[in-house]
Amino acid sequence: MTSKSPESGTQSGPKPRNTTLKLILAAIAMFGFGFALVPLYDVFCEYAGINGKTAGPVEKVEQWVDTSRTIKVQFITTNNDGMPWEFETLQEEVEVHPGAWTQVGFWAFNPTQEDMVGQAVPSVSPSEAAQYVQKTECFCFDQQKLKAGEGRNMPLIFSLDPDLPDHVRTVTMSYTLFDAGDFAE
Amino acid sequence: MTTATASHDDHGHHGPAKGIMRWVLTTNHKDIGTMYLWFSFTMLFIGGAMALIVRTELFQPGMQLIEPEFYNQMTTMHGLIMVFGAIMPAFVGLANWMVPLMIGAPDMALPRMNNWSFWILPFAFGMLLFTLFTDAGAPNFGWTFYAPLSTTYAPSSVTYFIFGVHMMGISSIMGAINIIVTILNLRAPGMTLMKMPLFVWTWFITAYLLVAVMPVLAGVVTMMLMDIHFGTSFFDAAGGGDPVLFQHVFWFFGHPEVYIMILPAFGIVSQIIPTFARKPLFGYASMVYATSSIAFLSFIVWAHHMFTVGMPLQAELFFMYATMLIAIPTGVKVFNWVSTMFRGSMTFETPMLFALAFVVLFTIGGFSGLMLAIAPADFQYHDTYFVVAHFHYVLVPGALFGIIAGVYYWLPKWTGNYFSEKLGKFHFWMSFIGVNVTFFPMHFIGLAGMPRRIPDYALQFADFNAIATVGAFIFGLSQLIFLFLLIKTIRGGEKATDQVWEGAEGLEWTIPSPAPYHTFLNHHTLSKVKYINLNDLKITRVRYPVRT
Repeated sequence: MTSKSPESGTQSGPKPRNTTLKLILAAIAMFGFGFALVPLYDVFCEYAGINGKTAGPVEKVEQWVDTSRTIKVQFITTNNDGMPWEFETLQEEVEVHPGAWTQVGFWAFNPTQEDMVGQAVPSVSPSEAAQYVQKTECFCFDQQKLKAGEGRNMPLIFSLDPDLPDHVRTVTMSYTLFDAGDFAE
Repeated sequence: MTTATASHDDHGHHGPAKGIMRWVLTTNHKDIGTMYLWFSFTMLFIGGAMALIVRTELFQPGMQLIEPEFYNQMTTMHGLIMVFGAIMPAFVGLANWMVPLMIGAPDMALPRMNNWSFWILPFAFGMLLFTLFTDAGAPNFGWTFYAPLSTTYAPSSVTYFIFGVHMMGISSIMGAINIIVTILNLRAPGMTLMKMPLFVWTWFITAYLLVAVMPVLAGVVTMMLMDIHFGTSFFDAAGGGDPVLFQHVFWFFGHPEVYIMILPAFGIVSQIIPTFARKPLFGYASMVYATSSIAFLSFIVWAHHMFTVGMPLQAELFFMYATMLIAIPTGVKVFNWVSTMFRGSMTFETPMLFALAFVVLFTIGGFSGLMLAIAPADFQYHDTYFVVAHFHYVLVPGALFGIIAGVYYWLPKWTGNYFSEKLGKFHFWMSFIGVNVTFFPMHFIGLAGMPRRIPDYALQFADFNAIATVGAFIFGLSQLIFLFLLIKTIRGGEKATDQVWEGAEGLEWTIPSPAPYHTFLNHHTLSKVKYINLNDLKITRVRYPVRT
């Protein structure tokens, strides 16, 4: 820009102004790319069936039940740091045939003096099993609002896709409960 | 800064303006390079003092000197200041000084932006350092600032940290753009890309890395800012976000960042070794391609920093093999440096000593990196002192020794005076011994299971920690020798010749020592410049008219 001129030995090639503008645009584009990584991450995880995330609600369809196999499904509940609710599974494990619909229950109780909002975040282990977990109803789909001193039984209706790989004998479904007061809908 | 001012006053009639405003308003690449270098040197001492506080606390097991909270602030600030305040600005300073001189350009292409990109830095780091004096204390979540530790659980000073990172990011991006535009547009006639000195080449590639990833860093701290203040939940699982996402975005920046901190050092060493081996660089073209390959690979290996987050096996394998692939172009470089020295007429002046130490010690750091790249083994090494040993080996005797070697190499050109070889060698040996005594034992305590980022540790690690602390003080204090040497050389000394070093080749050695305030201003022919052969230069002296 303020450089002294053509005589300074410029060789033919791109003009400084053009190069500068292109690079500034590239930097802005990369700033955008940083944000684009957020949805890309979810898309990639869903595509690859990783991260242990389960999909949203599915239509309940009667499907072929693979009675030749029995899968042990375990349930774990965890309270995130600072979440005062009681949060328990009503059954530690169930044995299911892939394809069969099963209902289980969870219990949440708000022992505090305040109305609160909780959000359970699911995770499946082994993570390769996550994409075979189908849920028609799950308390984790929505925020749970509990008034002070209120308790609630929360259902989960799920099945395992019969395509579940043979070597998976045990599936652990873990739910972590967060205080979602800041994100109340 | 006052010493630097004094050093430049003797340029007389065609020199710069007088007084402090010269430094505030300057658009001269040499002035700005000087300011960058003094700034980064200051940051080196501040960050180094923090490291010594950390090492003092770790001298013995148990808590004796500082509170754990303050310890966390010290490790965090040490990392941030060394990475963004010492290493990166030092490289930009060297680029400002040397790139125009090496390609025959009168100045950087965007001199006003150059001034701006420097002057942002003191404010960015002022803001970061000032958090130390607030009630909340400085950032304490590690230099990698993983969310949600840096969002939900952060001290309120995190917002200053975020704006500080924004500012230093803008500074780096502007500096990088300036370097690319200068290299693409202001090369002297005949200075084709494949004749450029390797320092210019490595900086050229580094600048592209900076343009590509510093905005991603700015993006990730912006997401943190929004999570903290605007109710979004990028990284908060309660609102549908994902903390692991933070690590992916951060390391997408973070891995190219480690090459940003080493590639220019590769370039410096590739200038110095041919000079003191008195042989042309072996495998010039392969050096360029190796550097480019490393830069490309740096974008697809980021998740090797997070092998333990629970990635699927295929991803672990991909990132493991991609990481190991980097050893190939890096090996090409080390091979070329060694081959350059092979049967050369070597002498061991201070810059060469630092360059040789760089080759040996950086290779050690590279090998421990290969060990860490092995995913199944990384579960053992992860977050231990082995990692600390690894990255300090590539950053201290790697990047920092590269910078120091460059400073010694070009100091006579900058100041017009030779430095005291005796003092330089003293500095070298103290640094070399200090750095190894500090960081080598960390390999052992890391393999034995000592976790990083803790202010206290189990008794069995006591001896090696004590040794490391002694080494840290040797290394830290020996940098005062360097400071003394720099001031002494700026103030006077044996007059340097224009070529400075007997075996030195390249455009920067054709101008007088000290380098005049303005260089390569007038029309000249460099049509037959060959990078490796000084005798082919058509000009050996350029007239330096007063800039009007």
